[in-house]
Amino acid sequence: MTASESMPHKGGFSFDLCKRNEMLAQKGLKQPGFLKTVCFDLLRNNDLGYFYDGVILGADTRATEGPIVADKNCEKIHYMAPNIYCCGAGTAADTEAVTDMVSSQLKLHRYHTGRESRVVTALSLLKSHLFSYQGHVSAALVLGGVDVTGPHLHTIYPHGSTDTLPFATMGSGSLAAMAIFESKYCEGLSRDEGIKLVAEAICSGIFNDLGSGSNVDICVITKGKQEYLRNYMSPNPRTYISEKGYSFSKKTEVLLTKITPLREMVEVIEGADAMEE
Amino acid sequence: MNNLIGSEGDSQRTLYPYVTGTSVVGIKYKDGILLAADMGGSYGSTLRYKTVERLKSVGKHSIIGASGEISDFQEIMRYLDELILHDNMWDDGNSLGPKEVHNYLRSVMYNRRNKFNPLWNSLVLGGVKNGQKYLGTVSMIGVHYEDNHVATGFGNHLARPLLRDEWHENLTYEEGVKLLEKCMRVLLYRDRSAVNKLQIAKITEEGFTISQPYALKTFWDFTAFKNPTVGAEGSW
Repeated sequence: MTASESMPHKGGFSFDLCKRNEMLAQKGLKQPGFLKTVCFDLLRNNDLGYFYDGVILGADTRATEGPIVADKNCEKIHYMAPNIYCCGAGTAADTEAVTDMVSSQLKLHRYHTGRESRVVTALSLLKSHLFSYQGHVSAALVLGGVDVTGPHLHTIYPHGSTDTLPFATMGSGSLAAMAIFESKYCEGLSRDEGIKLVAEAICSGIFNDLGSGSNVDICVITKGKQEYLRNYMSPNPRTYISEKGYSFSKKTEVLLTKITPLREMVEVIEGADAMEE
Repeated sequence: MNNLIGSEGDSQRTLYPYVTGTSVVGIKYKDGILLAADMGGSYGSTLRYKTVERLKSVGKHSIIGASGEISDFQEIMRYLDELILHDNMWDDGNSLGPKEVHNYLRSVMYNRRNKFNPLWNSLVLGGVKNGQKYLGTVSMIGVHYEDNHVATGFGNHLARPLLRDEWHENLTYEEGVKLLEKCMRVLLYRDRSAVNKLQIAKITEEGFTISQPYALKTFWDFTAFKNPTVGAEGSW
């Protein structure tokens, strides 16, 4: 008994107070209940002043390894939070790893605070990580989302600098896409006009830049709702598929079926010693 | 042998450009060719000269626009003036058309590059002769091609995508100018060496005209520009 009392705790549930709690309950003390693990959204209900506001993210689906297309249909729009998504350009491993990491951190933060994540939180986490790696984590990101404070759109560069913009492009096709935005963007676009503009900008990158190609992915984030439209447009289908199809040669004819069981090779020697030295 | 690579020959070769012009954009339209270029001459990162005419006419049928080293463009103009003069001296009723001038420029540029002493320019050459429209480009290493719309420098990245989407056969003059202005506006926003003072040159069967320098309207009133830290006061 004395030995167990002097040993330190090594984790696990501590039963030290159970006897005392039982005694108190018998005496009539009401024990507190457990906290619910469901998160309440503490959004105020003044929806009167808000416009139909949101953020639309778009990306192509080509991943390259030098001059070779490694993945024809990869996913470049990464999940950060239910109301925040992030497009990543640059080294694919870096964009994946850094968005996954910040996404987990945001989830833990949501459990801790009980509130919906804010875009600026994701922004600060990403920029401080990238800055501390001095540009060696080659991730150029476009972060967008809608939170209690409204819709936000930010760009984050590999060295850790950020911009807050009405429209943004990153990657090798960014100039082609930016040309479309600069000439056609205006405030007050509706959801469909916005999707059309983003799809047009991505197509401009796909057709005018060698580092971009294949399909267009779109993600629409509005207050309380997000729509991930994977392969919203596929402007590069396989154009020629042979009508004849493929005909493989006939299966080989079976001439004979014979089953040969394996013989057991165990010889039991009676009365022999186990191991003679 | 003085022109081969070597420290003695270096003072005789163009190694880097000094005073440079930025992009030139050109399109074919219904009646001929339209070229647009701004009037900036940058000295490295300084905007040194703001009234550089980078669009010039060549003979009766062609116009040329140049980006890159301005002094090399002036040299090219001397070569072309000599070419046109000699052609006129033949007095044979024939005059050099845009295709021929383009070919001449291609040869000049390529031969200079072969001697490791390039004329540091990207040129746009357009014109109309006998109803045939022609628009081509030559780079400082001699890469040349012709197309319905061409651009040099940053124009290749920013203007060509727009032109590929929106150019079509038989643009009217007004539509052509509007399209060029759209391209020049994007270049003004996104090219650091662009300046808001541009000229548009036109060549048709009738002849050559060049506009007076003018500026484009720009828009800076996005709410995200005016209030970038909404929701996170004090951040950047």
